[in-house]
Amino acid sequence: MTETLERPLTTGTIELRTDRGWLAVCAPSGLVPGRGVAVLLPDGGQAAVFLDRAGRPYAIGNRDPFTGAYVLSRGLTGSADGRPYVASPLLKQRFDLETGACLDDASVSVPVYETRVAPEAAAAA
Amino acid sequence: MTATPTIVLIGHGMVGQRFLEALADRGLTGAAARVVVLCEEPRPAYDRVQLTSYFSGRSPEDLSLVEADFIEKHGIELRLGDPAETIDRATRTVTARSGFTVQYDQLVLATGSYPFVPPVPGKDSAGCFVYRTIEDLLEIEEYAKNVTSGSVVGGGLLGLEAAGALKGLGLDTHVVEFAPRLMPVQVDDGGGEALRRTIEDMGVTVHTGVGGKEITAGEDGAVTGMELSDGSRIDTDMVIFSAGVRPRDQLARDCGLEVGERGGIKVDEQCRTTTDPAVFAIGECALAVDGRVYGLVAPGYEMAETAASAIAAQETAGFTGADTSTKLKLLGVDVASFGDAHGTAEGCLDVVYADSRSGVYKKLVIGQDGTLLGGVLVGDAEAYGTLRPLTGSVPPVSPEQLVLPAGTGGPVSIGPSALPDEAVICNCHNVTKGTIRAAVTEHSCGTVPEVKKCTKAGTGCGSCVKALTTLVNDELELNGVTVDKGLCGCFPHTRAELYEIVRTLRLTSYEDLLASHGREAAKDGDGCEVCKPAVGSIIASLAPTLGASGYVLDGEQAALQDTNDHFLANLQRNGSYSIVPRIPGGEITPEKLIVIGEVARDFGLYTKITGGQRIDMFGARVDQLPRIWARLVDAGFESGHAYGKALRTVKSCVGQTWCRYGVQDSVRMAIDLELRYRGLRSPHKLKSAVSGCARECAEARGKDFGVIATSNGWNLYVGGNGGADPRHADLLAQDLSDAELIRLIDRFLMFYIRTADRLERTSAWLERIEGGLDHVRDVVVHDSLGLCDELEALMADHVAHYRDEWAETLDDPERLARFVSFVNAPDAPDPSVRFVPERDQMKPDLDLLAGPTLPVRTLEGTVAR
Ligand code: SRM
Ligand SMILES: Cc1cc2nc3c(=O)[nH]c(=O)nc-3n(C[C@H](O)[C@H](O)[C@H](O)COP(=O)(O)OP(=O)(O)OC[C@H]3O[C@@H](n4cnc5c(N)ncnc54)[C@H](O)[C@@H]3O)c2cc1C
Ligand code: SF4
Ligand code: FES
Repeated sequence: MTETLERPLTTGTIELRTDRGWLAVCAPSGLVPGRGVAVLLPDGGQAAVFLDRAGRPYAIGNRDPFTGAYVLSRGLTGSADGRPYVASPLLKQRFDLETGACLDDASVSVPVYETRVAPEAAAAA
Repeated sequence: MTATPTIVLIGHGMVGQRFLEALADRGLTGAAARVVVLCEEPRPAYDRVQLTSYFSGRSPEDLSLVEADFIEKHGIELRLGDPAETIDRATRTVTARSGFTVQYDQLVLATGSYPFVPPVPGKDSAGCFVYRTIEDLLEIEEYAKNVTSGSVVGGGLLGLEAAGALKGLGLDTHVVEFAPRLMPVQVDDGGGEALRRTIEDMGVTVHTGVGGKEITAGEDGAVTGMELSDGSRIDTDMVIFSAGVRPRDQLARDCGLEVGERGGIKVDEQCRTTTDPAVFAIGECALAVDGRVYGLVAPGYEMAETAASAIAAQETAGFTGADTSTKLKLLGVDVASFGDAHGTAEGCLDVVYADSRSGVYKKLVIGQDGTLLGGVLVGDAEAYGTLRPLTGSVPPVSPEQLVLPAGTGGPVSIGPSALPDEAVICNCHNVTKGTIRAAVTEHSCGTVPEVKKCTKAGTGCGSCVKALTTLVNDELELNGVTVDKGLCGCFPHTRAELYEIVRTLRLTSYEDLLASHGREAAKDGDGCEVCKPAVGSIIASLAPTLGASGYVLDGEQAALQDTNDHFLANLQRNGSYSIVPRIPGGEITPEKLIVIGEVARDFGLYTKITGGQRIDMFGARVDQLPRIWARLVDAGFESGHAYGKALRTVKSCVGQTWCRYGVQDSVRMAIDLELRYRGLRSPHKLKSAVSGCARECAEARGKDFGVIATSNGWNLYVGGNGGADPRHADLLAQDLSDAELIRLIDRFLMFYIRTADRLERTSAWLERIEGGLDHVRDVVVHDSLGLCDELEALMADHVAHYRDEWAETLDDPERLARFVSFVNAPDAPDPSVRFVPERDQMKPDLDLLAGPTLPVRTLEGTVAR
């Protein structure tokens, strides 16, 4: 669910789409590639946003379905067969960042959110 | 008969589940047959053999034997908590307790056993239990919370396991055995005696040759004690009966199936009941053709396979009897018996080795022609894996050499490679060496997990996994497959090789290392959670020497760290963090204690004294960490690295200064060592301790490097470990001066950091590396590789460049910026991190996390400040 980007981002604002519209997360510089941040959603829920080494943003639910804790943003990312994932910092199950599917247990998944990088001016949306 | 036959299974225990798998393997599930399972217990089949591991932390779910989608995938109708009540063989109908009825074409009874409770008066008092199901264990655990002492009736295999559980629950524990020795069925008198001594040393009171005569109860009906047959009495608050099991054959009796004189449903070689060809019995409820009821799981599995083959109308060898060899770890003591353990064959000889001081007893039974017939091993059952498969053959070395401890009669390690193909390697699943080799050569399994999946070997009690791994790797190498020893999918190198690459090429970034040395397919990827922290740790260990920033969260390094290192604190189950300031040597002033108390009080943290002689404060949110640490750093505390693969603690005993026995100042030495090695990043955590005399109150021999004072200086021990696989440290050098001690530890640690695998403690490393302790001694004491100067220089760099990570973090606003719960709402605390009260403190509110989504809450913290 991610727009492909030709060049790494340095400016603009990362946004993610909630059912109430686009939500500003932070500037790309606020994210370290390979690390995540947690985002508080307008309905009180939480998302985890990551940047891969190519500068692409991804967003999934922050709740680790195996433990119930809101911690996925604090996991380590990696890639398997060319697909990006994050490993939960608690019990290390991996989740595909594009589909939310758990790579270690096919019956489990987390929500995914569409992301985009809005140019500076639109950041207030 | 209907077009698709109906197969009904009564009892979903270990053997029942294996029968279902055997049906599935033969294509007799899904569309081919309707399979209905009546299960009395509230949960699907679980690993009863590992039942006791519940007390060491395995949850009931961990014990399950049923793969997540197995029942669904095969269209099996599993009725939990609905036992069969009657069988009508005339109409071929089974009726369950719920009233559910089902007509069968084939019926299989796998109802197992029930624990025998001797008819002693008072046996029904509150506080009397049996030991068979998860529910039994839950009840025992609950009851044990409010009492102080417990007794087990029965000193056999299960009785000792139950005693171990009671001991583990902190009760004063007694075992009462009617026979003159413990484990009368498996071991002989000598073995029983060795076992008794070891078990008594653990603080369990053993009464043999006596029976329980009466259980006494108080006015409330709860157990108060037990009178024994010799007139003595034990004061005890609970009793577990473990006096043998009896086959559960009532259902069979009620419907007129033939049972044995001492119970057990009579079956033929196909496991068909002798009375009714449409009814089978398997597992512990069956009386096999050899006239025995088998109380072990491996014969039950064979019966399950046999019955499934018979139903599928396949040829089978049939079940005519089985080996009853066992290897167990009872209260931490290895006990094994195999073959003709009691030496019943005519003219056989015993070869016995006994060392009563260390509780080791080994006996081999040798036939007239030199054939190994059986044996008993107590205290050290290392050799079981090789000896059992050799049973029935003449061993390649003399029997004396097989029982003598390693190091006395010259080393005789006849590894699994020396075994014949027919040798059974995995006893639980009856898998031979030939089958394992074929898994590699014919079914092209390339790894141990694949072989496990393909053959089931190693998936029972686990005691064969070591031999299995050796065989698989040998076979792979024989077939010209180079066993991939690479760290992970991203690097083809071992951790030790990566260390050398980083050191010699002076690489300071993960990205450069991946680009230059990663596997082709991984070069452009994002790495993985295995290699990132490992490489991060290597770079951190070498940072001062490479001239890189020593701060673990600078630049790219930040992205490599596990969450614990990333936030310089330990992640807890609800997403909060714990904080462990360093308390070198465990010595702390009252003022500093007060500061910890005040900080914990002001931030509402749960406090606990750790096993490492310091204090842990739990329950801090990410955004509170900087404020908490600001106060701690102000008071002179620094990071304790409880989160890092780094030096943890150097424990000390009070030593010469106060203790009447002490011969050196152990506290001072512990503090010196802790301050010297603090912050040192290593392949796994490092622990140490210093004891002031040979009484060893600091438990130094359980540590990676342990120091024990002598009247002439210090003894250095290395490679100790607590944890899951404890190991006593080995003596590296004796009577060292302060300077000699430190120089030797410097070299030892740097050599370990350089050559160990990822997450390999010094104990495992020492066991793995070629030449073991002798090689390490050669390198670090005798400088056989000419490395010592370099190792010392590396450590000198580390010591010179150490800086406290928390002080560094607090000094830099940019570094502090990451300590927020939400990037888009930096001031909002995380609403999912909540607590509820317990015992005057607080604990995580897990109910809050259990729901599918978090309700919207007002955002305010738990902090007073
Ligand atoms: C807090 C403490 C328990 C306590 O309340 O006392 C503790 C808590 C944890 N231990 Fe421990 N261990 C603690 C003393 C011990 C000891 C006793 C000791 O050090 O003398 C041992 C046995 C000695 C040893 O390590 O050889 C011990 C053996 C383990 C092991 C098994 C290591 C092994 O080699 O088998 C693990 C698992 C691991 O590291 O892989 C472990 C892992 C853990 C972890 C880190 C599990 C985790 O990943 O979350 C726990 C972190 C708690 C936290 O978040 O703060 N802990 N742990 C103790 C902290 C001591 C300290 O001050 O730093
Ligand atoms: C603590 C402990 C440790 C053990 N350690 C070992 C070991 O180290 N090695 C070893 O080989 N063996 C060991 N055993 C023995 C091993 O667990 C048994 O041999 C094995 O479980 C037998 O399997 P089974 O399926 O025949 O019986 P079970 O596993 O007992 O299963 C029978 C099932 O049938 C159910 N049932 C009974 N009647 C009905 C009915 N009318 N309707 C529906 N369901 C019914 C029961 O509730 C039970 O769930 C141990 C046992 C215990 C308790
Ligand atoms: S180890 Fe020796 S010196 Fe230290 S407290 Fe124990 S008895 Fe005293
Ligand atoms: S012997 Fe028990 S798993 Fe192999």
